[in-house]
Amino acid sequence: MTTTTVDRAPTRKAPPGPPGGPRRRLGRGEARWGVLLALPAILGFAIFTIGPMVASLIFSLTDWQIGGDPQFIGFGNYVEMADDPLFWKSLGVTTYYTLAAVPLTLFVGFVVALLVNQSFRGQSLWRTVYYLPTLVPAVASAVLWIWIFNPDFGLFNTILRSVGLPTSNWLYSESTAIPSLVIMATWGFGNAMVIFLAGLQGVPGQLYEAVALDGGGAWAKFRHVTWPFMTPVIFYNLVTGVIGTFQVFNQAYVMTEGGPNNATLFYIYYLYTKAFTDSEMGYASALAWVLFLIVMVVTVVLFRNARSWVFYEMGDAR
Amino acid sequence: MTGVLTPGPKNPSAPTATAVQRRGRSPRTRVGEARGLTRAGLWLVLAFGAIVMIVPFVWLIRSALMTDAQIFSSPPAWIPDPFAWENFPQALTAQPFARYFLNTMIIELFVVTGTVITCSLSAFSFARLRWRGRNVVFGLLLSGVMLPYAVTLIPTFVMWSELGALDTFIPLTVPAFFAGAGGGVFNIFLFRQFFLSIPYELDEAAYIDGANPWTVYWRIIMPLAKPVTVVVVIFTFIGVWNDFLGPLLYLTDDSNFTLALGLATFQSTYTAQWGLLMAASLVVILPIIVLFFVLQRYFVEGVTLTGLKG
Repeated sequence: MTTTTVDRAPTRKAPPGPPGGPRRRLGRGEARWGVLLALPAILGFAIFTIGPMVASLIFSLTDWQIGGDPQFIGFGNYVEMADDPLFWKSLGVTTYYTLAAVPLTLFVGFVVALLVNQSFRGQSLWRTVYYLPTLVPAVASAVLWIWIFNPDFGLFNTILRSVGLPTSNWLYSESTAIPSLVIMATWGFGNAMVIFLAGLQGVPGQLYEAVALDGGGAWAKFRHVTWPFMTPVIFYNLVTGVIGTFQVFNQAYVMTEGGPNNATLFYIYYLYTKAFTDSEMGYASALAWVLFLIVMVVTVVLFRNARSWVFYEMGDAR
Repeated sequence: MTGVLTPGPKNPSAPTATAVQRRGRSPRTRVGEARGLTRAGLWLVLAFGAIVMIVPFVWLIRSALMTDAQIFSSPPAWIPDPFAWENFPQALTAQPFARYFLNTMIIELFVVTGTVITCSLSAFSFARLRWRGRNVVFGLLLSGVMLPYAVTLIPTFVMWSELGALDTFIPLTVPAFFAGAGGGVFNIFLFRQFFLSIPYELDEAAYIDGANPWTVYWRIIMPLAKPVTVVVVIFTFIGVWNDFLGPLLYLTDDSNFTLALGLATFQSTYTAQWGLLMAASLVVILPIIVLFFVLQRYFVEGVTLTGLKG
């Protein structure tokens, strides 16, 4: 390898490198090295993503239960799903949670990002404080929040009682269980905030001065500079937020076990109990594929919709 | 950080500047008069928000230091009296938390090592070596990020079960040596972004001197890539520390549990012993928060590194 200095394809352009720069002296060995070094990733993708995906699709067409022989039943699982009230319940619960938690987290994250992007004394301390909850391990924050929501001695009811307001059953009542979890999710807006913050720092400062020169105030600056430049970041947070909330599991497992009366039967939690409590691997795989399709459709719809409001710097040609 | 100490013009009441002059000055000064008030308002909002964010932590710490009798006393107190320090030794010995900690750290060691090595190697290949299909493969990897983990969950579990790897650390660590397998794509992306910013002349020079890609990776690129490596290490470390579903699926014997899994079972065993529960939670939370404070600079850098240009 060390002596292969023959330049075999001098006209080939180096994709990532500076165009027209000097060619590397690697020749054909380069491709071999390239594949070799990327091999862990390629194998990993094949073994842990593509393979399981195909297997999952096949499982979903069987009635396989652990310990039994799988029978091919075609779309039987999917047909069964249509008549499964718990499937619909879990879908509804998850959608409800997504529709409430994502906009709220994005809104709070965005507003706080705007605030902590101002130059205040101790700026990094503010940012840290708002980011802290995000660092708390999911299980630990679940344990903490069960305690906060405790109807008798929890933080919320203690505060409500002390100011003479009516208390709530929080996680223990069907109507307030999901809103409670949404409050808890909003506490962790730090991830969205940090990404917004990174986006805000990428907004070209001279544009603000241009608006100011034209006599524009804070609102004009926000409307004509901040907002358009932030739409790609908002979109990014929106998509990852939706994909994330569709996959909520820990809260249901640790905090509510899907209750009360299935009010917090999140989709993945239902899938988990089907697979690992009832051992119905075939049915659970079908549930997984339906989730996959839902997430795909939602993502595509979001991307389509994005064209009308997401602004890309280089996107004038679109 | 020029803005930190500029609450407004030095002497806002002095009407020296004409309108024209003011127009020419920087916008920051021009709106200075209004800023004093607005800033105070904003500051108040920030402070109020910060308190709201912090209160759950205060509640946690306060409860961790209370005896049950005090926790359930009425009216509720904010300050423990006396401080029930014994909650900590009691909680930590009720279940083998030292063992859980050790298990977690063993998994951390393997996952962090595997992730850094294989993710940086493949990122090096994607960023600095040319081969046919390179961009297609990278695109495929990236698209995997959108995939709900549930789709691969069951077959992966079945695979490890067939291989007899249940209740070992293998399912939790081995995927890290395949570039993080699935979730690791983000790390590849981070490394690749960073590698793309290093001048190619460095590689050229090394190749002319007869180096091979491994040498370039190991001797030139990686030593320059310390910032991004630190970021990947931190994110991976936190990911393992917080992981719950993985250990829940694969570990069954109590002696193999991780901290997160141990805390969850602790929660279901000691449901009503809030003092102990809070003490245990605090112990699981604290190391991550300390780590964050120590390495804060890199966190911020990490966010900047991701670029996030949409």
